[in-house]
Parts: sequence; structure tokens; C-alpha cells
Amino acid sequence: MVRRESLSRKLFLGFNYTFLTLLSLTMFLPFLNVIAQSLSSAGAIDRGEVLFWPVEITTQYYKYVFEDVSIWRAFGISVYITVLGTAINLAATATLAYPLSRQEYVGRRLVLMVILLTMIFSAPLIPQFILMREIGLVNTLWALMIPTAISAFNLFVLRSFFAQLPTELIDSSRIDGCGELRTLWSIVLPLSKPALATVGIFYSVTNWNKYMDALYYINDRAKYPLQVKLRELLITDDLSDTGNLAFEITSQSVQGVQMAVILVATIPIIMIYPFLQRFFIKGMLIGSIKS
Amino acid sequence: MEATTAAQTTLTKKEQPRDKRRVLRFMWKYKALYLLSLPGILYFLIFKYIPLMGSVIAFQNYNLFAGFSGSPWVGLEHFTRMFSHYDFLNILKNTLLLGIYDITFAFTAPIILALLLNEVRMVLYKKVVQTVIYAPHFLSWVIVSGIFIGVLSPSSGVANTMLGWFGLGPIYFLGEDSYIRSVLVGSGLWRDVGWGTIIYLAALASINPDLYEAAEMDGAGRWRQMLSITLPALLPVITILFLLKMGDFLDYGFERVFVFQNPLNIRNSEILDTYIYKAGLTQMQYSYATAIGLFKSVVGLFLLAIANTLSKKATGESLY
Repeated sequence: MVRRESLSRKLFLGFNYTFLTLLSLTMFLPFLNVIAQSLSSAGAIDRGEVLFWPVEITTQYYKYVFEDVSIWRAFGISVYITVLGTAINLAATATLAYPLSRQEYVGRRLVLMVILLTMIFSAPLIPQFILMREIGLVNTLWALMIPTAISAFNLFVLRSFFAQLPTELIDSSRIDGCGELRTLWSIVLPLSKPALATVGIFYSVTNWNKYMDALYYINDRAKYPLQVKLRELLITDDLSDTGNLAFEITSQSVQGVQMAVILVATIPIIMIYPFLQRFFIKGMLIGSIKS
Repeated sequence: MEATTAAQTTLTKKEQPRDKRRVLRFMWKYKALYLLSLPGILYFLIFKYIPLMGSVIAFQNYNLFAGFSGSPWVGLEHFTRMFSHYDFLNILKNTLLLGIYDITFAFTAPIILALLLNEVRMVLYKKVVQTVIYAPHFLSWVIVSGIFIGVLSPSSGVANTMLGWFGLGPIYFLGEDSYIRSVLVGSGLWRDVGWGTIIYLAALASINPDLYEAAEMDGAGRWRQMLSITLPALLPVITILFLLKMGDFLDYGFERVFVFQNPLNIRNSEILDTYIYKAGLTQMQYSYATAIGLFKSVVGLFLLAIANTLSKKATGESLY
């Protein structure tokens, strides 16, 4: 190609770089603002002086958050449902994706169709709630793990990855006398680490961010995951009823505490984001080609 | 999907048995596979299909103690009640408006953004921009709302501080009916616009560069190239995503609206999903809330079917 750029091209490129830079700032600056506010004095926040750098630095909100047992309990519950929930997700998804990826499975198209339909037509909320009540999951942490055990999208991602594995490997494992479960465990899964990582990371982000299910199915405040606790903090103007008397928290400081908790809830996501980025694009594409 | 399954079928043709007895024997040989898939299939039947059948309570006066069989049938009573509810038309209007804004802005923005990103030649710059704009997608709506509530706060928010520089004056964005829809659509754009580009960028990367070279030889300018090469290449992806979006037209999403609601903006922010939650789980009007949910699903399916037929005629692309 000849490197001769017209004026309009230059203008366009100038606009394009400016626009994309501004857009990136729009995505990024709100985070800085949250960090800055979580470290600024209540007075400075209230006077609107805090932009992207802390004013009158204080760590009192973090001290408050660290002292508040209910926040830590909620954090612990979120960790629990993320770890155990993702393990359940992966086990359930892999054991279904593997048979459906095998040509020997007569009727796999029917099963796939049944699953695909659930993506298009989902049941109304109330019958789901009644089911959860009937099987006794309401107000247990299982309600946050079992009903979302398999996502059809992730199932398709994993299935198409399994289907690409060389059949010879699986056949030879069977000839060696391995059962299907054994084949899955010691041949298929080790070969599918990248796909499992993709799907696992998708699941864990979903589990960590879970809010709606907890709102629907958990009434007991002691079982609230972090997102519900955070929402509760976001809509209060007054922290005096939370029972934490260790610190003098005036109504002015509420916003600082809210920002600190937002950060506490965001940090795990930020920590896994580099890994996420490595996998998600690939996963997205396999999945979308499928559907 | 079609291509891979077709390939698999030809591969196994010799292995696929023909008559019924042999099919059964074949299945018995691989019984472990069926056993392995059983929990997963049961999962879908129990958690997806049973509630779907449970939707019949929309035609009953369901009460928890009588159960499905003991509750009296009332026909379409809940549906007529729904339409005669004084607030229903307003809620439906909010849902439709958000759906329309969503298609107008949130659906088109990633396409434009992907085209702009595609023009960037500096690899490192492009990587940095992508890293930053994908990130918000992984935040929960609760966190997104927290960030927005902070940024838009009338006393301490950056947005109002900046408005102040221009002498404009503090606006309580979340406390007024007239701003809430913009906040909802804006927060959705902020979170998902970058994420939405991924699929378009992939489609753009798969366009054969020879096409552009040939077009250049023929004297086609950049704009012309975009109209005649780039857009047609994107059209199948755009159509499929548009159809899926039509199917979700009334599903703006519970969480993303609920977390922004407060008594001051409820008039313009109440949508079907949030109303179903309140009528169903807070006020325990089980049958009534199910009727609304069923109405929503059926309308969604209907819209999907219409869009699919239109698209089949217009572009030849369709979901089924």
C-alpha cells in the first residue's frame, strides 16, 4: 500500500485517537474516583473536592470495614459460593458436555435441542421460586449454587472443545479398559485445560457477582453474600443501625464507607482480570459460533 | 454447529447401526455415557422445564398450601386484572422505551466502536484501549450502581463538580424521573459497550485483506470500502445478534434496573421484571406475577418470530 494519506484521513485518525482515548478515560476515571473518595476525609467528599486524587487522606473507612463483622461474613460467604459453586459448575458442566461431544451418544441432537430451548424460553420467576421452596433450597446457600449449576452457553463452549479432541486418544483409553468417567478424568480433562480455565473463570465471575438469586432466595441476613450486603450499604444514609460502635461514623462518612466496600468487592475481580483477559475472547468466540 | 455435526455424521456412518435392536445394543455398549449425562439432563428438566410447566398457576388462584392440584382454576382472570391495573400501562411503556433505547444505543454502539478500533494501527495503543474498555463488563450491577451513585451524587459527585465548572447546576440524576432512563442506558453502555465489540472485531479480522487491496486498485476510497466490503461482511453477525436482542426485547434485565431504583425515580424506572419481583415475592401474589411473566415470555417469543421472518426475507439470515 502506498503511504500517502489524505487530509480527511488524517483528520479522521486524529478524531479516532482522541475519541478512543476519551472513551478509555470514561471507563477508567470512575474507578480512580472511587479509590480517591475511599481515602478522603468526609468533609472533603461532601464539599465535592475529591476528583481523582485523595484529599485529606484518611484510612478510617477501611478501618470501619475491617471492624465490621457483617461485611467480613458476607465476604466469606461470597468466597464460599464462588469456590464451591464453581467446582459444582465445572463438575456438572463437564460430565454433561463430555457425553454430548461423543458421536457414540445416540440422541445427542435431541438433548442439545432441549438445552438450547431453555436459552430462548425461560420460566417465569414465581414457578422457579415455588420449586426452590418445595425442594427446600430457600434460605440455604445451595440456592446460590445448585439452580445455576450449568450455563447452557458454557456447556456449548466445553462441548465444542471436547468434540475437537482426537478420537483416537479416547478410543485407545477405552481399549485400555478405562471406563467413561476415568477417560473423562484422566484423558479428556487434562487435554482441555485452556477450555476449563475459560469456563471456570466465567463461572467464578458470575458466582462472585451473584445478587439477584440471593435477593430472591435468601431472607436470613446472616447468609447474605457480599453483593447483597453492599447494596444494603449503598441505600442506607445511616450506619448507626449496623451495630458497629467501634468507630465514630457520622452520616457524613457514609459515602466513604460505601466507596471502600465497593473496592473490597471489586479487588478479587481486578486480581483475576489479567487471567480473564487471556481466556475470555477465545471462549466468547467458540461459544458464539456454536449458537 | 451444522458443519461440525454433519462432518461427525459422515464419520460415524459405518458405525451407526440401522435397525432398532442394534441401536439398543449400541446404546447399551455405551451405557456409561448415558449414565454420565443423566445428572446434567435431570438438572435441565428440574430447574428449567418443571418451572416452565409450573407456569400453569397463571391460570389458577395458586396458594402454597393447596398446591398445583388443589388451587382453583380462574382462566384468564389474572391477565385481565393485569391489563386493568392502573399502573400496568405505565410499566409496559417503561419496559418498551428501555427496550427501544437499548436497541438504538446499546446495540449500535459496539458496531461503531469496533469499526473505529479496527482503524487503529498502533498495536500497543489498541491493546491498552481494549484492556480498559472490556474491564467494566466483569463488575456486578450492584458495583456499577455504586460507582454511578457516587459519580452522579448531587453534593460530592464528579459529574456535578464538572457541571459546576460550566456554571450548571447540581442535578440529582437519580432523584428525578426525567433522568433515570438515561442513567440506565448510560450505565449499560459504560459496562458493556467494550465487551460488545469482541464479536465484531473477530468478524472484522476474518475479512480477506486482498479485498481491500483490490478495492484500492479500483480507486475506492476508505468510506466506499467500508460500505462495500466491511459492512456486508459484518451483516450476518449483526443480523443474528439483532434477532437475539429482539427475543430479549422485554428482558431489559432485573438487576440492572433494580439497583438504580429509588422512590423518587420509580415512576419511570419500574419495568415488568422489577414489578414481577415486587408483586410476586414481596406481596406474594403468586399467580398474578406468573401471569405477567408468562405474558412477557410469550411476547418475547412472538417478537423473535416476527424479526426472524422479516430478516429471512430481507437478508436471508435467520436463526432457524
